[in-house]
Order: sequence, then structure tokens, then C-alpha cells
Amino acid sequence: MSKPVRVNDMVIRFANVNGTGSASANDLFSKAVFRMGIPLSSKNFFPSNIQGLPTWYEVRVSEKGYTGRRNGVDLLVAVNPQTYAKDIATVVPGGYFLYDSTKNLHPELIRKDINYIGIPMMKLCMENYDIPRQQQLFKNIVYIGALATLLDVEMEVIRDIIRQMFAKKEKLIPPNFKALDLGANYVKENFSWPLEIRLERRDALGDQIFMDGNSAASLGALYGGVTFAAWYPITPSTSVISAFEKYCKKYRTNPDGTTNYAIVQAEDELAAIGMVIGASWNGARAFTSTSGAGISLMTEFLGLAYFAEVPAVIVNVQRGGPSTGMPTRTQQSDIISCAYASHGDTKQVLLFPSTPAECFEMTAQALDLAERLQTPVLVMTDLDLGMNLHLSPALKWDDNRKYDRGKVLNRQQLEEAKQFGRYLDVDGDGICYRTLPGTHPTKGSFFTRGTSRDEFARYTEEGEAYVRNMQRLQKKWKTAADLVPAPEVTRTGTSKLGVIYFGTTKFSADEALDMLAEEGMKFDVLRIKAFPFGGDVHKFIKDHEQVVVIEQNRDAQMRTVLMTELEIDPAKLISVVNYDGMPIAADTIYDQIKKRLSPIAVKA
Amino acid sequence: MTFVKPTFRHPALTKNAVGFTKADYEGALSTLCAGCGHDSISASIVQACYELDIEPHRVAKFSGIGCSSKTPTYFLGNSHGFNTVHGRMPSVTTGANLANKDLIYLGVSGDGDSASIGLGQFCHVIRRNLNMTYIVMNNGCYGLTKGQDSATADRGSINKSGVENRFQSIDLAALALELGASFVARSFSGDKGQLIPLIKAALLHPGFAFIDVISPCVTFNNNDGSTKSYDFVRDHIDATSPLDFVPEEDEITLEYDPEKPAEVKLHDGSILNFYKLNPLWDPTDRNLSVERMNKARQEGHILTGLLYLEPSTSDLHKTLQTTAKPLNTLKEDDLCPGSQALDKINQGLR
Repeated sequence: MSKPVRVNDMVIRFANVNGTGSASANDLFSKAVFRMGIPLSSKNFFPSNIQGLPTWYEVRVSEKGYTGRRNGVDLLVAVNPQTYAKDIATVVPGGYFLYDSTKNLHPELIRKDINYIGIPMMKLCMENYDIPRQQQLFKNIVYIGALATLLDVEMEVIRDIIRQMFAKKEKLIPPNFKALDLGANYVKENFSWPLEIRLERRDALGDQIFMDGNSAASLGALYGGVTFAAWYPITPSTSVISAFEKYCKKYRTNPDGTTNYAIVQAEDELAAIGMVIGASWNGARAFTSTSGAGISLMTEFLGLAYFAEVPAVIVNVQRGGPSTGMPTRTQQSDIISCAYASHGDTKQVLLFPSTPAECFEMTAQALDLAERLQTPVLVMTDLDLGMNLHLSPALKWDDNRKYDRGKVLNRQQLEEAKQFGRYLDVDGDGICYRTLPGTHPTKGSFFTRGTSRDEFARYTEEGEAYVRNMQRLQKKWKTAADLVPAPEVTRTGTSKLGVIYFGTTKFSADEALDMLAEEGMKFDVLRIKAFPFGGDVHKFIKDHEQVVVIEQNRDAQMRTVLMTELEIDPAKLISVVNYDGMPIAADTIYDQIKKRLSPIAVKA
Repeated sequence: MTFVKPTFRHPALTKNAVGFTKADYEGALSTLCAGCGHDSISASIVQACYELDIEPHRVAKFSGIGCSSKTPTYFLGNSHGFNTVHGRMPSVTTGANLANKDLIYLGVSGDGDSASIGLGQFCHVIRRNLNMTYIVMNNGCYGLTKGQDSATADRGSINKSGVENRFQSIDLAALALELGASFVARSFSGDKGQLIPLIKAALLHPGFAFIDVISPCVTFNNNDGSTKSYDFVRDHIDATSPLDFVPEEDEITLEYDPEKPAEVKLHDGSILNFYKLNPLWDPTDRNLSVERMNKARQEGHILTGLLYLEPSTSDLHKTLQTTAKPLNTLKEDDLCPGSQALDKINQGLR
């Protein structure tokens, strides 16, 4: 009996061996789905390893546009015998297990409730290619050809992508096409195709793009006018800087070969942030990119920049902590360590992007905010957003946009000023005027320090002067709350129940809330985009009887910060968390909300 | 009690070529102990900048944490300064320098700041050949925390509590040489005749210039048995050569006549004269310098003077090929590729 056809709604998972060239083949598949105009997301689950360990790549196709994760695999492309047993267990009943049948499957691996599709990938490659490396690489393209045929992907779309990929190495195009055909023909000759799960062109994506957040953040830095980047390699943030360097080479190199930028690979994260602070202090726009362990190392300097009031921009691509944690898995677990980074009474400005377009915009915006507020600004992305390809609105830039360089006095202004005090709150917003070295021969110089000082930057241990300064910093913090991006409130006024989320949680949460709405459970939604929280966040919580806070860490860190900063009764904030290192899935949120909210509350 | 320096200046005070009196290069009143070697170094920095006709605001000064790192308050009051965190002065200076290549960068640090907590950054700023002058005010102890031995304290040196240091010392000048520093010198805070020309040469050197200045701690490390006391240093000093700094605009050639001083031409045409004690002494020979330093160390002498100089050198900006304009002066037009380029980038992501 044939099963009902299911179009554009599936999870495909590829199980590969790290370092075998599978990632680019899998991207090829994703890109083909994207070019057919079907909403999708792709996620790479990779090990902290260069070669040999298992790695997975998951593509979620969703006609409805749900791009978060959902549990359960409809079709598993198994190219790694090491993980066959584990992989088979993830396939939903009635799903498919596509594997390399060059070797027979062990009988123990046979499940009665799923379908097996054996393609002799290695055998086909051995017969058709002579060079061992090619035999391995083209195995990936063979399974793409087989998969595309099974799912009815337009083969010409795939060929076009291959033509573009190898535009500069044209001789690689025919052997790739050949591999594609080997896989496709084998399916056509041996199986009925397409499967009942299949793809159909929709052209539903408008002008959206398909990109990773790290590249987007690096473009934000480029467009935002960064001239100096310092960094220390750490997964998953490394590609922010490598992309920045790539774009700088293209867009910031002068005809004589000199560059309008400088990048230094520092000796460690302490030096990286120190360099960024030095450059920012001296009037250049500078940024660094790091992840959890790097934030820990930068913490002393972040305190200096907060207290001495020096701009700095840090892109924090969060990964699983604590300590080295799960370096190749995602989490949102640096909220508290970043919000209060450093000893003493310290608070840091955080931005929370959800899409690559927001990684771009918020990194550029962070540069404005850091100079306006004279303080560090951390762009809090995560491994999932940073390293995976996401559907995103196109990146936009207004050519009339000017950088906000903040309150910096030039030579003329210093000539005209009656007096200059680096820490005098002239405008009453807590933000003082600064000067750059070399501006004026006799006016405006001051000594920047991490010790307590008076309004004229003179060292003091007078309690009163110290308190005045700390209170002014608190005033500046209130000013910051008005300047940072406001939260995004959706589905407002429909319910006594609210949901708060941020960053990459958005996608699965929206899907889960739709699932709950179908059952009559409605929620108003607020997405946090920045810390400090504006008044809207407080109002949203006040206006709802119960608020679910969804986040990707064990300790409900955002909930803690909300409670502390907004003086919220803990009983009012219900926590939904996921911290296994995988991007939070819609079903996880759905299940937890149902479990945590009492039926009475839901009815009310 | 208040510490206020008189701001009144006698109108007849001599001015240098750029119109500043020596007092214009001074800073606030020092709060270090009376007799501290560091104050002599501050005075030498003031004198060197005055004599070099550097406009004070063209210098940016940096320090870490410790007694030595407090001194930027006490010199060049018209210069911007940055008292960073412990051991991290080099990174902040690196960023600042990359932001604006047109200023003169002067970092001061101590032996705790550079040889212990900041040893990593000390090494890496040398590797990058950052165009800066790096002065370590070296007293072999932690003054602010009451005199613990530092990593530059010599083995066998006895501290104020009478305890002998059992650990090997780190010789920062030798380390700088080993790491490829393009200018390495050692001096003594009490020898301004040698220190001032060294600071001048360092400030003009177009790469990383390191000066290790033995600077006795009068309160915690000036006792009998200390190898960093005034008396010990004076008794054991062994200068490579008397120095004389001569600003010179005419073209000068390098000479190696053993009867005459060796002249090393600096990048701006000035020359540094070495009256050589040893006819074989050539400050541009790194191997010879290493050998000579090792020998002096074995003999218990403190070798001072210019130890090594690479007259033409390539600083970090040259290595990175940054544009001639300071990066902090670039505007939107220089930096932002614009919406059309972004549209193309978007197109490539579809």
C-alpha cells in the first residue's frame, strides 16, 4: 500500500566521517533546496576533531517555514559505519535509512519499521575513479545524486551549483556530474522513485539569503567601519575573523597594496581584548570575536573598559560550557558571565541577534553603541547561528548612514571649551566627553586608569568621588537602556500568558507556540534583543500572569537576570531550558510548556 | 596634606625648538618613596623628550600595574596616558599603535609587571616589533605589596627580611635579544648621562626599543646583600661604552675605526656615538651582544649601555602593510563598501 505523499516537510540527516569532504556535498544539497525556493535550515553537528570522528549534518525542510530543529529523522544518509546503530535509532517509524551497501549491513541493524535503501557508493566510486582521494570525495556526490533522485530535487539546480562552485576549476565539473549520475542512475534502476516524502519547487523565499551568522557578523564589522581586529583562535568564533579578513582583502585593500585595516592574531584572548581596547581608546573602531572560555580570559579587561569607559566590541559565539565544555556544540550559557563580566559592580551591554541579518546589523550597531556609550558591547550569538547556514532576510545598508562616533572633542572644540574634565557629566546623561591622544598640544590630555578617579581623571581614594562616579555610571546604564534595540513584541494582548525568548531559540519557539495554539493554548511573545532591558520588557512581564522564559542553558540564566534587574517575583517566571548542546527543538519546548504550566493557569 | 606642583613658570625659561619649556614635559608630583630610582627615570624621560623637541601631545604613554606603572602620572602631563591592567600594557599599546601610527608610543613597566604576570605579552610585543619604547624600571621586588622578590631578583640576592632568593632570575634584556628585539639597552637610574641618550635613541628607533633600567627600591631592596641596591649596582656596573646622542641632519656613514667612536645612524639621520671600551664591540652584532652579556653575567657584572641595535628595521605596520594614513582617521568613504557591494554579496548567498 502506498503511503500518502508528503511534500516539503522532512528532516534529512547525513551521518559522515569528519574530514572526508562531506560538508561541502551536504551544503550542495541544502543550497539546491534553497534554490527551489523551499524554506529550510541546515545544521552541522561536528566533533572537536580534524579527521576521523563522526559528524552529522541535518537539513530540516518545512513548507510552513519552521526552521528550528524538530526531533526525529525522516531520511538518514548513513556514510559512517561507526555510527550505524545510533543513527538507525533516530529514524522515525516508516522513515528511510540510506546507506553504503558496498558492505552488507549486520543483521542486528535491521529494524522492521523502517525502509532500507542500499547504494553501493564505494563500489561505484572504485569502478569509476582511479585516484584514492577522488574515490572518497566523489562518494559524497554519489549519495547526493541518489538522494536528489529519491526526493525529486531538480537535478539541473544541483548541476548549476556545481558549475558555480568550480567556475575556476572547470575540469572538476565533469567528474562531479558523473558522480551525480552514478547515484541517480543506481536509484532509478533499483528503486521506485521519488519517495512519498519529496520536494517541490515553491519559489517562496523572496529575496532571502542563506548564510552563516559568523560571516554576517564579519560583514557588520566591515560595514560598521572596523579598522582593527585582534583575536585568538577558538571554535566556534574563528570564522568571524577569517571571514572578516577575506572581506577586508577584497574591499579594504588600496591599489598600491596597502590596507585600510589591520588584523593581529594575538597570543591569547587577554591580549586580543587588550589590543581592541588600546585601538578603541585611540579612536579606531576595533573588535574581537571569541567564545565562552575566551570571555573568561577577557573578563579583567572588560572591567577596565567598563570602569575607564573605553569602547570595545566583542562578538561572543557561545558554545557549551562550563570550562572547555562542549566546544563544538551550541548553548546560550554566557548570559550571566557576560552581563556582569568582571569583578566589582560591573554591567555590560549585550545584544542578542536571531538571524544572520541581525548578526550583520547588530555588529555594526554595536560599534555605534560602544562609541556612544564608551563601554564594551557584546554581540551574543551562538554556535548554531554562527556556524550553520540559515535563511535570513537580505543584508541591508543605507548609504547615507553615518557612524556615530560618540562624544569626542576635536582640537577646535577643546580650544573653545571653558574646561575639560574627562569624567564630567556635562549633558546629564552619564556619558562624558573624551579626547583622543595627539589632538591638542596643551588641552584635553588625561590619564586613563582602572583606579578610582575624580571628574578630572585624577586618582582619588575619596569615597565621595568614587560614589559619584559609580552613580554616574549607573545613570549611563539607564541611558544605554534607551539606546539599545527595543524588544520585539508579537502576539500581544491575546493572552494572560507570556513567552520570552532570545537569539536562536526564536525559531523552535515560534513553531512550538503554533503547536500549542492549535490546542487552544495562546501566548503573547516578547523577544529580548538587548541588555539592559528597556521598559517594554518590564511592562510585558507585569502585564502577564505567568511568563515562560525559554533559553538554552541549565540554570535559566536569562530568567535570573530578569528577576534581578527588574525585581520580578520568581514564581512568575517559568523556565523552559535545553542544554544538551543541540539547538533547542520545537517538541522540547512544546513538551516542557505543557508540563510546567498548570492546567488551571492555561485555561485562565 | 596636599601635593600640588606650582604651575607658575618663569618667563625667561629656555624653550626648545618646538616652543616648550622643560616644565611642559613634567607631570604631577610623584607619590613614590623619596629616593626611588623610578623618579630619576621619569626625570630622564622628561629631559629626553624636551631635548628631542617632541611635542608632548604627540606621545602616548602606557603602563601596567605597580610602582613603576604609576610613573606616567609623573612625567609628560600634556600627553595622554593609559594605566592598563597588570602585565597587559603591551597589548593595549599594540592596539593603540595600530590605530594611529603617527604618535610616539612609550610604555613603562616594572619587573613584576613584565617578567612575571606579563611575560607572555612582553615576548609577543617583541616578536611583532611594535614601534614603541619599552622601559622596565627594574628593582627586583614588588614594592607596592611590601617587597616580595620578583622574577628579576638574582639568585642569592638577600631581601630586606634577610631571606635569600633561591630561584634563577629572568634577564629581560637577554630575553629581548633572544626574541629578536631590534633595540636592546640596559641602564641604571642613577646614571642619567647614559640613560637620557638611550631614551632619546629608543624614542627615535623605528621599531621595538627595550631599555631595562636597574632602579633600586630604597624602601624594600636597598639593603646589604641585595644585588639591586644603589651600592651594589654602582660597584658592579660595566658600561659597554659611554654614549652621546647627536641629532644630525647631514648624511652620516657608519665607521668602525677602533680609535674613534662607532657611529650608528638612526632612521631620521641622527647618530648615536659609541666610545668603545672594547675595540671588538659592535652593537649591531646580535651574537656578540649575547656573548658579551653572558660573560658579564658570569663575572657578576651588570653590563649597561646599548647592547644591541638593528638600525634599519621593519615595524608591525610595515609587516601588515597598513595604509600611510592613521587607521583612526579613515572615514565612511574609506571603510564602507556600500549598498551596491552588499547587494552583490547577497546575490552570492542565494
